[in-house]
Amino acid sequence: MRGGTRARTRSRVRSGLAVGAAGAALVCAAGCGGGGSATGDGTVRSSWGDPQSPLEPANTNEVQGGKVLTMIFRGLKQYDPKTGEAKNMLAEKIESPDQQNFTITVKDGWTFSNGEKVTAKSFVDAWNYAALTDNRQKNAPFFQDIDGYGKVHPASGSATAKTLSGLAVKDEHTFTVKLRTKFSTWPDTLGYAAFAPLPRAFFDDHAAWLKRPVGNGPYLVDSYTRGSQMRLSKWNDYPGEDKARNSGVELRVYTDNNTAYTDLQAGNLDLVDDIPSAQLKNVRTDLGDRYINQPAGIIQTVVFPMYDPTWSKAGMEKVRRGLSMAVNRDQITEQIYRRTRTPATDWTSPVLGEKGGYKAGLCGAVCTYDPGEARRLIQEGGGLPGGKVTITSNVDTGSHRLWMDAVCNSINNALGDDKACTVNPVGTFADFRNQVTDQRMTSMFRSGWQMDYPLVQNFLQPLYYTGASSNFGKFSDPQFDKLVDEANAESDTAKAVATFQEAEKILAEQMPAIPLWYQNGSAGYSENIADVELNPFSVPVYERITVK
Amino acid sequence: MGRYVIRRLLQMIPVFIGSTFLIFFMVYALGDPVAALFGDKAPDPATAARIRKDLYLDAPLWKQYLHYMGQILTGNFGTAFNGQDVLELMADAFPVTLRLTIVAILFEIVIGIGLGLLSGLRRGRSVDTSVLLLTLVVVSIPTFVTGYVLQYLFGVKWAVVSPSVSPAAPVDELLLPGVVLALTSLAYVTRLTRTSIAENSRADYLRTAVAKGLPRHRVVTRHLLRNSLIPVVTFIGTDIGALMGGAIVTERIFNIHGVGYQLYQGILRQNSPTVVGFVTVLVIVFLVANLLVDLLYAVLDPRIRYA
Repeated sequence: MRGGTRARTRSRVRSGLAVGAAGAALVCAAGCGGGGSATGDGTVRSSWGDPQSPLEPANTNEVQGGKVLTMIFRGLKQYDPKTGEAKNMLAEKIESPDQQNFTITVKDGWTFSNGEKVTAKSFVDAWNYAALTDNRQKNAPFFQDIDGYGKVHPASGSATAKTLSGLAVKDEHTFTVKLRTKFSTWPDTLGYAAFAPLPRAFFDDHAAWLKRPVGNGPYLVDSYTRGSQMRLSKWNDYPGEDKARNSGVELRVYTDNNTAYTDLQAGNLDLVDDIPSAQLKNVRTDLGDRYINQPAGIIQTVVFPMYDPTWSKAGMEKVRRGLSMAVNRDQITEQIYRRTRTPATDWTSPVLGEKGGYKAGLCGAVCTYDPGEARRLIQEGGGLPGGKVTITSNVDTGSHRLWMDAVCNSINNALGDDKACTVNPVGTFADFRNQVTDQRMTSMFRSGWQMDYPLVQNFLQPLYYTGASSNFGKFSDPQFDKLVDEANAESDTAKAVATFQEAEKILAEQMPAIPLWYQNGSAGYSENIADVELNPFSVPVYERITVK
Repeated sequence: MGRYVIRRLLQMIPVFIGSTFLIFFMVYALGDPVAALFGDKAPDPATAARIRKDLYLDAPLWKQYLHYMGQILTGNFGTAFNGQDVLELMADAFPVTLRLTIVAILFEIVIGIGLGLLSGLRRGRSVDTSVLLLTLVVVSIPTFVTGYVLQYLFGVKWAVVSPSVSPAAPVDELLLPGVVLALTSLAYVTRLTRTSIAENSRADYLRTAVAKGLPRHRVVTRHLLRNSLIPVVTFIGTDIGALMGGAIVTERIFNIHGVGYQLYQGILRQNSPTVVGFVTVLVIVFLVANLLVDLLYAVLDPRIRYA
């Protein structure tokens, strides 16, 4: 439930600012490519952003801190970088007779890099720490499915229990989890960093641990200068299969992704995982096949305030569908994003794959540009409320202003009325977020979603289920809720996915949110390194990178 | 002299309180920063409330300000959102920016005054015209353009320097950023010096000096330049503060982790302890620099006396 795209925290941090757009002036002439000197010691020099919070696993909800966690931690499950499938990592097996009570067996032979054994207790302690309200962990809601969460993390006031009653250690390698409700795909969520095990050192000397985190992943933290750089080296005794193929990684904090890109061109840096938008025109000529542009688990939508009766009253679904048909997604993704966004045809993401629940074209005609039909539907539905709509978003980061103008122009052109849609820019991200959570929106507003784990459930339930945590438009449909509940209780994955897709079809009819486009992850790398891939969260898979 | 300094120092107190309150109020007016910490996800109410309490955000503004000022007086500048002490951030950032500022000021002094003297002594000649034209060009190009262009040319195209500055920020890596930072002010210094020299070279005392038969270099350095530098010193003095706080663009372009970087990061995250703390120190730098400039007048021009 972290942020999607630039304005959500994780990408806020990674996104370069419009100020830096001046870099556009510097068209890289032919032959300016990298080259440069190899580091010689086999380390990868990679761009980074200052993590927003201390590097605790359950307190990191943005991509920059997440990068480090994927290098120094391994959880029960690990998402396959290619397919996104959740595979057992530290889990020997996770069993459940009823989709509500789970017995988890942890593999033997795993240790933290300080020599301490990874046991069932390492997990239970870490999860109890994460859920307890006193510890102020931002990812605490990830543990809300576990029984007893309400006691350790009440909505207000202080906790009445220190530990989750749903967690119990059976023996050194086994523990049990009792959930509040049935949730068949719950084990697949365990690849998220918040579920990582923690060594005793984390609890015994917290300040020292934060200065130099100790985990159980393929890398060790050598040194960490907050705000400027982190050096990691390969952990030679790492017990897992996915050992690092390079000798280490140096993460350097950049405030301007244009500078990182320039450093890459000068051979001063090996890997940039955020290509500045101003450089998208030249990146192919600059880097050739050393440029990666692939789907990430991020979808951009504009949401209708369904808590406002003018938008939720009967008949308005036609207006909402009509507005969706008035957006020329193809043209906007081509002109503004140079194909680093893909027009959306459902409410999930291509990274899920067909098996995982992504279904191209599920939205059907209502997500296809058709100005004539759009005009007709909006008229049938009684026209736009008050004759006009606005799109609201923060405009301090990213290129939100650009696409909002484009979407509005598209709507205006379709309706033949150049005052039908206007943009309502909000100065800062925090202000925008406050307005959204306080339900002060009167018309459409931007909402990006970056998945927490590659499950279709994560794209639907938190966003559109009645009363869900990120259901900012307060959409509510009993049939949708019923289908989601059914899907969660279904033990057969294929059937569960099909049920989720049934629920998604309700979204196509009701259109509480217009899907705009799927966002891609992009990266560029130098000639010094090879085998660079991005995982479904658009984070480079560092341990697989080889240095020439 | 001593009384004058004390009076000036006392005057700094209301200026200091007023400016910190303004900054505090402006950062506060940006809204509640806690919501942004949770990204696009709805903030968990219990956790958000805890964080607000930790940051003292649940108290009214005046209470927050008093609390903050109380902390500052005991040398505690608060904690940034990433858990680092603001004092620690300052200890990292200020030396870097100070080095950058010194490099920039040196460029201004050496090249700016040098060119100004040259063109002032040769008014109307081709040297003068070309210097004037050159400074006009420099003043009219924004810093981020010169920054990116020079970075690209020196860093990528000719590969003579590294395009970005390493975290340690040694002086040799700061030469190019220093030039970029200094350029606009350098042009002003040149023009100021030139005008001042041009005026003073017609002054009576100068004619006397020449008539006494003093050697030319002595006439120029002791009599002409020294008297012409008063407006220039004023400009450079105020520029120290401006350069230290206004290096945001340059620091971003060259990835220098100095004051500009911390301020930028602080504003982006609405991290009031960072922003107010850094600005407070900058306010002090400004005030002290201004005082030093005023005291320097007396050194440059013996007619000026402070009682």
